Order: sequence, then structure tokens, then C-alpha cells
Amino acid sequence: MTSLNLASESNSRQLPGDLAVWIFIFAELAVFGILFIGFAVARSLDPATFQAGRDILHPWIGLLNTAALITASYLVATAVHQFREKRSGVHLRLWLAVAVSCIYTIGKMYEYVNLYSQGYNLGTDTFFMFYFFLTFFHFMHVILGQIILIILAVKVGNGDYDGSDMNGMESGASYWHMVDLVWLVLFPMIYVLA
Amino acid sequence: MKYESQRVAMPYFIFALVLFAGQIVFGLVLGMQYVVGDFLFPEIPFNVARMVHTNLLIVWLLFGFMGATYYLVPEEAQTELYSPLLAWILFWVFAAAGTLTILGYLFVDYATLADITLNRLLPTMGREFLEQPTITKIGLALVFVGFIFNIMMTALKGRKTVVNIILITGLIGLAALWMFSFYNPSNLATDKYFWWFVIHLWVEGVWELIMGAILAFVLIKITGVDREVIEKWLYVIIAMALITGIIGTGHHYFWIGSPEYWLWLGSVFGALEPLPFFMMVLFAFTMINRRKRNHPNKVATLWAMGTAVMAFLGAGVWGFLHTLAPVNYYTHGSQITAAHGHMAFYGAYVMIVLTIISYAMPIMRGRPYGNSNTAQVVEMWGFWLMTIAMVFITLFLTGAGILQIWLQRIPESGEALSFMATQDAISLFYWARMIAGCFFMAGLVVYLGSFFIKGQASFDDEVHDGPALKDA
Repeated sequence: MTSLNLASESNSRQLPGDLAVWIFIFAELAVFGILFIGFAVARSLDPATFQAGRDILHPWIGLLNTAALITASYLVATAVHQFREKRSGVHLRLWLAVAVSCIYTIGKMYEYVNLYSQGYNLGTDTFFMFYFFLTFFHFMHVILGQIILIILAVKVGNGDYDGSDMNGMESGASYWHMVDLVWLVLFPMIYVLA
Repeated sequence: MKYESQRVAMPYFIFALVLFAGQIVFGLVLGMQYVVGDFLFPEIPFNVARMVHTNLLIVWLLFGFMGATYYLVPEEAQTELYSPLLAWILFWVFAAAGTLTILGYLFVDYATLADITLNRLLPTMGREFLEQPTITKIGLALVFVGFIFNIMMTALKGRKTVVNIILITGLIGLAALWMFSFYNPSNLATDKYFWWFVIHLWVEGVWELIMGAILAFVLIKITGVDREVIEKWLYVIIAMALITGIIGTGHHYFWIGSPEYWLWLGSVFGALEPLPFFMMVLFAFTMINRRKRNHPNKVATLWAMGTAVMAFLGAGVWGFLHTLAPVNYYTHGSQITAAHGHMAFYGAYVMIVLTIISYAMPIMRGRPYGNSNTAQVVEMWGFWLMTIAMVFITLFLTGAGILQIWLQRIPESGEALSFMATQDAISLFYWARMIAGCFFMAGLVVYLGSFFIKGQASFDDEVHDGPALKDA
């Protein structure tokens, strides 16, 4: 149904947002991709350390964080649709997305404090090096994504954007979805896969 | 030239080129000393010649960046420079300090130089590339502060453009990171961290912002492509440069006593450092393909394309070659490093300065559409001679490096050759590099010669070729 709707909305397939943002997203995914490969290689070399490290993590917080990011992404996606249809309440959805994504940032900070107080850090072993670096690097991306969402929400709220130019909104939303997508790989890779 | 005060860039460019010539002379001396060990000994020992070669490079590139800034910031901001007088005063202060320092290296032995410049009060000397006496370092810091003040005052009173913002961010970063050169802890591992905060975060961090901004400015001028398009590319490029470059500092931490995780972080982010340079190639070629005009200054366009390609090869590809920790285990401090250093500095920073000189100098000399066709052809000869010579210097050093690693580093038992025996075994590559160096010098002479050819291109040169814009 969705694809049919999309097809009826636009006759030609078009890249949502700005090409420059997509180049940036591609580069970001390349960075994470190489780190994921590094993680896989290191894990295959020393599975015992990785298993021991994984057992110490908090999978339920990871799951909660996943739910928070997916919900925020849903809100952003529907905000874009509403914006295109020039409906009201777009900025409220964006603010709500920021609020929901804060569950992730708070959850992540709780995990860091908890692990750090137990004596785990970047230098503990290869697993924790990857855990702390990968998740913190992603954490910084979430913060940047939140800043972008806030800027969009403020601009839409002030009426600086109108629905005729989708470029800014789609670019920001695309970036946010990239951040979400990376977490959807990170979560099972670090917390779940045995 | 839209604003009279832009002309203050001229002495900076001229002095930069004079120092460039000096740098190459000392490069040839060094090349010779590699194969004839006592060449010019004891007058100019190897360590002194190397210090002069690298310090001249840094100083002339800084002169080039400053000249570029004085030229492009007023034009972008659409206003006169805040204080041309201050720019002139700082020029003479910097030129005097630079010249005295080089003369000090050459005519006084290093320990005495440290003594008479009161290094003991704030010891900062004796570290590679940061050999300057402390008073020179302080002078340089003051020049940076005055320079940035002048530029900020200019930018703030005029139009705010992305090119200016990124250029000034890069320059502030350059000045701020210079402060680490004053911190010289006695713990060698700590010292190395701070040393790299200057060295690496300059050339693989903030200098890339400066390079990107200058390239963007020249591309806006010579292609007539919309500023918005160029600015978008610039944003993406500098974001990638900073994301990869800052953590990429870790590829220097493999051997300095830092924690093991840097092996991973340095490798991964170092491996990604070619990305912004690759994007610069796409950027330059896409913009030139989409040009809305054929600027009569064709040689400036050639330099712009050249710098993107050579920076990608030298900084990107040759950097990647030895950035991975398992590879660096063998290649560290070999001639591979020298190969990378030569092509990266030439491709990224020498060529970007020559690009803006090629664009701006004719305009400042009253030739708004560029030099005469003859002068441009001669300059192109200079471009190709220097660039091809640099490719060969890099290839010969790479060959030397590979053989050096093979003979000296790979063998795990007694059959490994000693350092000196290895140097003898690879001397053929050093001779070949020396010959390539002579061609580079010839290219530089041709390039400098092009400045003395009279005449200028005209607006009509553009009309014959394609769409024209009357704005130089």
C-alpha cells in the first residue's frame, strides 16, 4: 500500500533531501561499516573476551533505547508526511521525537556511568574498546541528530519553512534515519549476537 | 581586484615564492647528502639542512595562506580590509623573524642558538619541525593574533559567506593549536601527544579547512557556478575532514606509549582520511564540468584540478598505504613516510597556494583576465615539470622504502641487513630521486620565469570559447 501511495504521489523517483546530505550519509555509513568489520574480525579472533564482555552489558536498556529511537524515527517520518501535506502540528511531532530520543541518551549515560563505576573503560579489553568507542561515537551522532531536529522544529514553528520546499526537512529527516539505522545494526551486534 | 586593500596579499605571495625557492635548494642539498654523505660537511650538516628544508616549507606555506586570506576575505566580505597597515607591519615582523631564524640555523650551532635566544627560560626547542627558538614561536603567535584580529574585523563588518567562515575557522584553529608548541613536558610519551596536536591537527585537520576554502573561492571565480552549490560541497568536505582527521591522529599513536586501542582507532579513522580528499577531486572536476564560463585564466583552472588530484594521491593514497597498524609495524619511519610527506605537502598545500597565486597575482598586477597566453603556457610547463618530478620523487622514495622494509624489517632473524648496509643497497633509488629533484628545480625556475613575461589575457579570449561573464 505504501509503495502504491508513494508512486501515485510522485511520478518520478526522487532522492529525498539534498544530494550533499546523502554523500555525507554515505561517508558516515562507510565509517561505521569499517568499524563493524573491525568488530567482526576482532570478535572472531577472540570470541571468549567478547562473550564475557557481552554478559556484563544491560540488554534491556539496549532494547529500551532501540524502541525509543524507532519511535522517534516514526514521529520524524510522519512529521515529514504531514509537512508535505501542509498540515499543522509538524513541529510538535518533531519536538516529541526529540523528547522520545532523550530516553536513549539518558539510558546510554546510565549505562556508561554504571560500567565506568564498575571499572570498565576503553582500555579494559578489545570488547570494551569497541563497546565504548562504537556506542559513544554513535551517541555523538544522536546528539547531532537531535540538534538538527530541534533546528527543524524551531524553523517550522516560526514559519520559516513552507511545505513547498521539502529540501531542509527531508535532509534532516534522512540524517536522523541514518542514525537510527546504525543503531539497529549496533544493538544486535553488541548486545545480542552470541 | 575589487578592493584596493587586497593588494597587501602581493608581498606575502612574493616572499612565499622566494622561500619556496630556498626550500628546494636545501632539498637538493639533502638529496645529495643522501648519496654523498659528506657533501657540504661541515658547513651544512644533514640535520641543519633538513631543519631549514622543512621549516622553510612551513613558513612559506603560512605566508601563502596569509596572502590568500588577505586577498579573498575582503572580496568575499565585500569590504576593504580592516587595516592594511597592520597587514604590512605583520608582514615585515614575520619576514624578519623567519629570515633571522633560518640564518640562525645556518650560521650558529643549534646549542648556541638555544642559548642566545634564552630557550632555558621556556624550553621549547629541539623537537622535529618545532625547532624554532622560543622567541620566534612567541613572535609567530603574536603575528597570528594580529592577523586573525585584522581578518575578523574585516569579515564581521561585511558579508558573511561560508568560504570566509570556514577559512577563518581554519585559521583560528591553526593559531590555537600552535599554543601546544609551547608545552614541552619532560615525559616523552606526553610530549609526543602535544607535539602531534600541532603537527597532525594542522596538516590533517585545520589546514584542510583552509585548503577547502581557498579551493572553493577559486572555483566560484573561475567556473561561475552558483555559490550555494559550492558551499554545500565545502560543508560536506570539511565535515568529513574533521570527523576522520581528529580521531585519525591516532595513527601517530602506535609507537609513542599510548594505550592499545589506538591501534584500532588510528587504523580505522586513518583509513578514512582519504575520503575528504577524494571528495575534493569530485568537487573540483564536477564544478569545472558544470562551469558557466570559460575563464581566460586557464592555468589557474589547471592548478585547481591539479591540487585536488595530487592531494588525493599524496595525502590520501600514500597516507593510506601505511596508516593501518599491521602495515605500519613494518613501514614506520621508513622511506615510505618520506614519499608520503613529499607528495602530500606538494599536492595539498604547495599546489593550493600556487592555485590562488595563479588566480590572484595577475589580477593584482592589473591583468584582470589573467596573464598573456605565452605566460600561461610557460606557467603550465612549470606545473607539469614540477608535478611530474614530484610524482617521480614519490615513486623513487616508495621504491626505496619497499626495498628498505624488505631488507631491513621483514627478516625475523640474523639475515636482516643493518641500517647502513640497507642504505647502501637502496642508493640507486636515492640517485634517481636526486635526478627527479633536479627536474623539480628546473620546473620551479620555469614557473618563476613565467612571472616575467609581459602581456595579459583579454575579455575577448573568453567570448571565443564559450559563455562569458564580465566579472573577473
